[in-house]
Amino acid sequence: MDITIIAESNGNELHPVTSQLVGAASTLGGTVTVLCPGGIGEKEASEISGVAKVVSLKGDCFSSFDSGAWSHVMTPHCGDGIVMGSSSPSGRELAAQIASKMGVPVVQDLTGIDNGLMMTRSIYSGKAVETSNASGSCVITLRQNAFEAASLGGSAEVVTVDSSSEVSVAVKEAIAKAGERLDVSEADIIISGGRGMGDPANFSHLNEVADIIGAAVGASRAAVDSWDEIPHSMQVGQTGKTVNPSLYIAVGISGAIQHLAGMRSSKYIVAINKDPDAPIFGVADYGIVATWEEALPSLRDELANL
Amino acid sequence: MTIAVLLKQVPDTTAKIAVSGGRVDQSSVAKWSTSPYDEYALEYALQLKEAGGGDLVAITCGPARSSKMLTDAAAVGVDSMLHVVADTSEMDSTQIQSILAAAIKHCGAEIILCGKQAADTNSGSTGPGVASLLGASCVGMVSEVGIEGDGFIAQRGISSGDERVVVSKPCLFTFDKGLTELRRPNVKGIMMAKKKVIESVSAGDLGVDLGESGVKINSHAPPPEKPPGQKFEGAESVPTVVAKLREEANVI
Ligand SMILES: Cc1cc2nc3c(=O)[nH]c(=O)nc-3n(C[C@H](O)[C@H](O)[C@H](O)COP(=O)(O)OP(=O)(O)OC[C@H]3O[C@@H](n4cnc5c(N)ncnc54)[C@H](O)[C@@H]3O)c2cc1C
Ligand SMILES: Nc1ncnc2c1ncn2[C@@H]1O[C@H](COP(=O)(O)O)[C@@H](O)[C@H]1O
Repeated sequence: MDITIIAESNGNELHPVTSQLVGAASTLGGTVTVLCPGGIGEKEASEISGVAKVVSLKGDCFSSFDSGAWSHVMTPHCGDGIVMGSSSPSGRELAAQIASKMGVPVVQDLTGIDNGLMMTRSIYSGKAVETSNASGSCVITLRQNAFEAASLGGSAEVVTVDSSSEVSVAVKEAIAKAGERLDVSEADIIISGGRGMGDPANFSHLNEVADIIGAAVGASRAAVDSWDEIPHSMQVGQTGKTVNPSLYIAVGISGAIQHLAGMRSSKYIVAINKDPDAPIFGVADYGIVATWEEALPSLRDELANL
Repeated sequence: MTIAVLLKQVPDTTAKIAVSGGRVDQSSVAKWSTSPYDEYALEYALQLKEAGGGDLVAITCGPARSSKMLTDAAAVGVDSMLHVVADTSEMDSTQIQSILAAAIKHCGAEIILCGKQAADTNSGSTGPGVASLLGASCVGMVSEVGIEGDGFIAQRGISSGDERVVVSKPCLFTFDKGLTELRRPNVKGIMMAKKKVIESVSAGDLGVDLGESGVKINSHAPPPEKPPGQKFEGAESVPTVVAKLREEANVI
């Protein structure tokens, strides 16, 4: 079986999820080709163990994101087995466009796949799990951090293809990112604050803890809606970002069902809340009944001393 | 210009989801609502119509109950409504996209707005797939769109931040949470909407041959139970929890 992987990039580098895609592909067996849009990460991709070939796609259209133009160039390089990408927002958009151009179905955001091509994914915002089977070729995207990464040590050949397509989505202006902080959808540890933080200025206490452990800072919708200083890009939940970190620390967040929808699949959850009956304790692996004013300084000191 | 907004009726975000016989039990859903991101698509579709004129049509594909959602959309200002009556729950992405693409062509729309992902499927496939079928430009993760010259200007989120992009029709926008408040219907709107007729068709009426689904759902199941957590009283417990995170959970 042919497996074509769409490399995910992170600025000018290969995004680490690409190795996870290769890891998942290796468990299925088959010949793995990695497509690098814009040639980004071609060398790093060729060094992932299990990759047979890297196709480096160079073309003017790859200088900004246009899923229509990108998929037009990429689809002819997709084999007729399985095409695999990351379930990031751009990854999903590209996967859906490629599937449509190939005339095959797309199944997004898998958290599991076995070599009988039984696919597992969460539906209804994590309130149910679906398993399904594709009868022929299909395009799939995988959730970040849900699959073991392949190791380094490969030396695949890199084939460069010059090909572009007309761009119809023209970038007029880039809007600077709200902060220099790590994005919640990229982070392996997240500490989020809710309305219980009382004031947006108090998020500095979360930032302090985050800096020690390399975490991203997230927020509940109540925090985003109440305070202009807390941008929507930080929001976790049903109408925010779905996150899947190893550790999620919820501070002053009640645990409304729409918040849980975005973070329930975190490997470990810590909750700090002064209300012993807050629903967040229902999903927390470790719950601390305390105010953040008391708990955060101690958390900061303990982490700093590790 | 004709603008189409794609709306899907899904269990309300507060609704409990029960599973019976290996499928989500739709009959036990207490409340159905418009999928949250679709509401932003609708809001900006109304704004585009107000700014540039033209007709706004709301399109859904779903069972009979979904017509109520179309009436709700008419109450805030949608001009016409198209309901493709079908059960989408076992359809694959190819099938649903071909129905919606045919419905959009049927209405003659060249500007399409939809949600970035539906609250039931959680996929995010439909908008980009439909754009591809229609040969329309696709702009994803949009938080705001307006008219600029002969075309449109949209703010979208990409991995490195936000950017403003310009496109011309035919084009499709998939909506993230918007930058504006959603409007609520007033009494006059609700009364007017009751009088509006919903055009109701089947996939066959639109000339769509669905074929077989390429993806067979094996089963639905409730999410795996988590073992009950450990709860500690007071900030004095912080060192204990940090130790457990290191030794038991191995995450720091
Ligand atoms: C369609 C829809 C979509 C939604 N999408 C989202 C979403 O994406 N994300 C999201 O988060 N919400 C979402 N919501 C909103 C959600 O329903 C809740 O309103 C929201 O999550 C509540 O945020 P919160 O927990 O910060 O605030 P609250 O519910 O007000 O909780 C504050 C918590 O802080 C605790 N607290 C107060 N003071 C302290 C202190 N000093 N120390 C410690 N704890 C303290 C309180 O005990 C309380 O539990 C959505 C709602 C709807 C209807
Ligand atoms: N059956 C449907 N009827 C109308 N619109 C739909 C339907 N399915 C999906 N959509 C639109 O496509 C978006 C993405 O859906 P999905 O690909 O299922 O995540 C939704 O938010 C809707 O705007």
